Amino acid sequence: MRDSHEEAKALIELGHSVTERARRAGADVAEAGVHSGSHLSVKVRMGAPELVEDAGARALGLRVMVGQRVASTYTSDMSESGQRTLIEDALELARLSEADEFAGPPDPSDLSTESQWMDLDTFDDCVSQIGADEALTRALRGERAAFDFDARVTNSEGASFTRARGVSVLVTSGGFAGTDYGTYASIVVNPVADDEGGKKRSGHHWSASRHYSDLEDSHLVGQEAARRTIAQLGAKKLPTQELPVVFDKDAARSILGLFAGCILGGSIWRKSSYLVDRVGTRVASDLVDIVDDPLMPRAPGSRAFDGEGLLSRRNTVVESGFLKSYLMDTYSARKLGLRSTGSASRSPSGGISSSASNLVLKTSAHSRDELLADTKHGLYVTGMMGFGFNAVTGDFSRGASGFLIRNGELTDPVSEVTISLNLDQLLQRIDAVANDLDQRTAIASPTFRVSSMTLAGS
Amino acid sequence: MAGRYHAPFAEQGSHTVDADIANRLLKIALAKGGDYADLFFEYSVSGSFGYDEQILKSARRAVSMGLGVRVMKGDATGYAYCEDFSFDTMKQAAQTAAEIAAGGRPVAPREVSKRSTPSRYPVDVESFDVEGEAKKAILERADRAARAADPRIIRVDASFAESMREILIANSLGHMAHDRQPLIRFGVHVIAEDGGNRQSGSSGGGGRIGLEYFEEKTPEWHAEQAVQQALVMLDAREAPAGEMEVVLAPGDSGILLHEAVGHGLEADFNRKKTSNYSDRIGEVVASALCTVVDDASLRGSRGSINVDDEGQLPNRSVLIENGILKGYMQDRHSAEFFGTTSDGHGRRQSFRSHPMPRMTNTMLLGGVDEPEDVIRSVRRGVYAKKFGGGQVDISNGDFVFSLTEGYLIEDGTLTAPLKGVNLIGNGPEAMRNVVMLGHDFEVSDGIWTCGKEGQSVPVGVGCPTIKIASMTVGGTQVASG
Repeated sequence: MRDSHEEAKALIELGHSVTERARRAGADVAEAGVHSGSHLSVKVRMGAPELVEDAGARALGLRVMVGQRVASTYTSDMSESGQRTLIEDALELARLSEADEFAGPPDPSDLSTESQWMDLDTFDDCVSQIGADEALTRALRGERAAFDFDARVTNSEGASFTRARGVSVLVTSGGFAGTDYGTYASIVVNPVADDEGGKKRSGHHWSASRHYSDLEDSHLVGQEAARRTIAQLGAKKLPTQELPVVFDKDAARSILGLFAGCILGGSIWRKSSYLVDRVGTRVASDLVDIVDDPLMPRAPGSRAFDGEGLLSRRNTVVESGFLKSYLMDTYSARKLGLRSTGSASRSPSGGISSSASNLVLKTSAHSRDELLADTKHGLYVTGMMGFGFNAVTGDFSRGASGFLIRNGELTDPVSEVTISLNLDQLLQRIDAVANDLDQRTAIASPTFRVSSMTLAGS
Repeated sequence: MAGRYHAPFAEQGSHTVDADIANRLLKIALAKGGDYADLFFEYSVSGSFGYDEQILKSARRAVSMGLGVRVMKGDATGYAYCEDFSFDTMKQAAQTAAEIAAGGRPVAPREVSKRSTPSRYPVDVESFDVEGEAKKAILERADRAARAADPRIIRVDASFAESMREILIANSLGHMAHDRQPLIRFGVHVIAEDGGNRQSGSSGGGGRIGLEYFEEKTPEWHAEQAVQQALVMLDAREAPAGEMEVVLAPGDSGILLHEAVGHGLEADFNRKKTSNYSDRIGEVVASALCTVVDDASLRGSRGSINVDDEGQLPNRSVLIENGILKGYMQDRHSAEFFGTTSDGHGRRQSFRSHPMPRMTNTMLLGGVDEPEDVIRSVRRGVYAKKFGGGQVDISNGDFVFSLTEGYLIEDGTLTAPLKGVNLIGNGPEAMRNVVMLGHDFEVSDGIWTCGKEGQSVPVGVGCPTIKIASMTVGGTQVASG
């Protein structure tokens, strides 16, 4: 960690130097994001190492304003000539762009300071110390566990282990300077099994965490990956019909991800969301509560301050089915005549947009098994495919795989069907929510059930 | 030297990499006993302009550069990269990558010599050398045309993106090759509103070409396409659900080939026997009407390349001929396994990633049917005109595609536009179900980007009008009776 503090100091200095140079070159506002990171990524397959990748990277992003004209530039060339090109290009582009009356940095009085930042425990020294041998051992153990789990696992797409660490700083001419530290470790196992008719089935399972000690044992990851792969053997289409659909937590998360894109200030002022003008109205059933919480310790999307330097805060997005607030950065808030919710995200290339941090659909008191037991007939979805979602209208239709639910139990595996329903109706038809939330991902949901959807199959 | 941006490693650059430097680095890379090593130098500049609410609102540019060093020992790959071209930094990357073969004896690479490469995307004036005002003007034209087209258009945004990727590859087989790969992309996106009903439409295109692209496909033409799509969708009705006949429009529908067949024919999946096409060369895998090729040589196409990212020279690979599986798309590693030579499909997103077999321009060649006859032959089905994107499960060929523009076919005529249509099926099954092919083969100038294991590369697709006898359409309307 001490190394990281030293590194952060150097990055902050670079940020100050670049913003000052940009100001001298004619920028009224200059904001620099500097990132430095390293990662180790290994992959094994059929019991042997396939890839060991080891590298460090640095990047410098600059956003400038000349009056209310905005431009941003990025470089991985940290040399003096690289920095010069970065600054010159930014100013040239700013002069080409046109004045946008809503553009501008946040009010300086809104900027957060170090004393306000919570320690979110997103950095673990143990992660940055994992070496290639240990990573390979973990991955091999995961793949081995999948093969040992069931003789029908005959092949493998491999197992991967990755660890990453990064330090990012943001320095703005408005007086903000802040640092964000993070580590991340993950393991994924991809077994393949032979299915009838010469078909193959591949499946996977994974674990990821900020802290090494929170990472699931690779042996368990491998076993779960094998269990999932085997369970899908013999999957068939179902006849076209209307039926209740239960989304397991992975599938539910991807539904919540679609919703996440529709509550961003940027989607709202662009009218690219079916949720335009819907604050205060019902957007989901009364079982649904959704919060965006950047302050959860050790969570993947946690941050003490946002991409513009505003203090992070917990935002209630949906309460008992009613939409309470969009997630906004300064620009989209101005466009909508509202105030920023501290939801700005700054891309490495300097652009700013509104984004979710840890967006979570709240759990109920019921277990997943109770929810299933309460379902007479339905489809249990474990995987979805394709990109069939139109944010403007909310129309949703995706390929799905999973299991037929009969009398409260998972029975025949199902694949090659699509499920369709407008997202607005889908969320309003949620008639049961479970309690099996996990925090591997920034967007997270427990299993939930939708009372009726259209399934297209044979 | 033409061009505003130049790689530091190029001739006359600040850190010119010549054969001597390449040889020294390759020697270090193989010092621990690797079988093969390559160096991938890349300098890439990309820029974009966004025109929104009748002003040029965003302007961006990014420079990314570095060297990726790969060392292979058997099936194992060591990979490292660095972001500056000082010899010490590059040497360190080579040493890190070499570790994969730790404990072995040094192997001498072959001395490199420069390969001559074809010229498939000659551009008189590179996009970056054209002043920004000209690009702004193109975006303004699209915006104006879309707004003028119909009062129901409530929002227009247009974007222009440009990139120049300069690469230099040297490998221990003695090959060294250099390329400059230009790419532009234009898009216009509109939202139409009528009563409470809102729909979007978009159109875009580009390729490895300069601004002369807009002489053929004007900004006004794209605007018109986007507007028409949005307006048509205002009247769209819920799509049917279930199995039925499907007709695919020429050009863009090639994306279905890319997903349904192309990925399964990438050699890595077949080397590992995880594809449903593994061990099936010489077998019938599609209807006899079908010939599928992957062709890197199309002039100016988005997927075309002069040299692949391993220094191999790609051409036209026949994958399926009259329904019979002929071959896979090879990179160097897979080719070695199959006892053949790479046909130049080793591609990578950037110097930060290792290469793998990837598609270039994947196409189903044309047939003899009149396109009108194809539609006329359908009693009740779906006409797929524009695709949003798709995904495939390589292991069994199951795929899903979503349409951004599709129509109901009733008694041989296109009737109502449909909303939210998905096509779902199985690659080999769909290919066996191809029963008619139009003579109207077309290469899409769409803006396709293919993702695999987290790496994105630009690709091209093409096909004629295609009739598939049966496919599952994922709409919401369950037919009664």
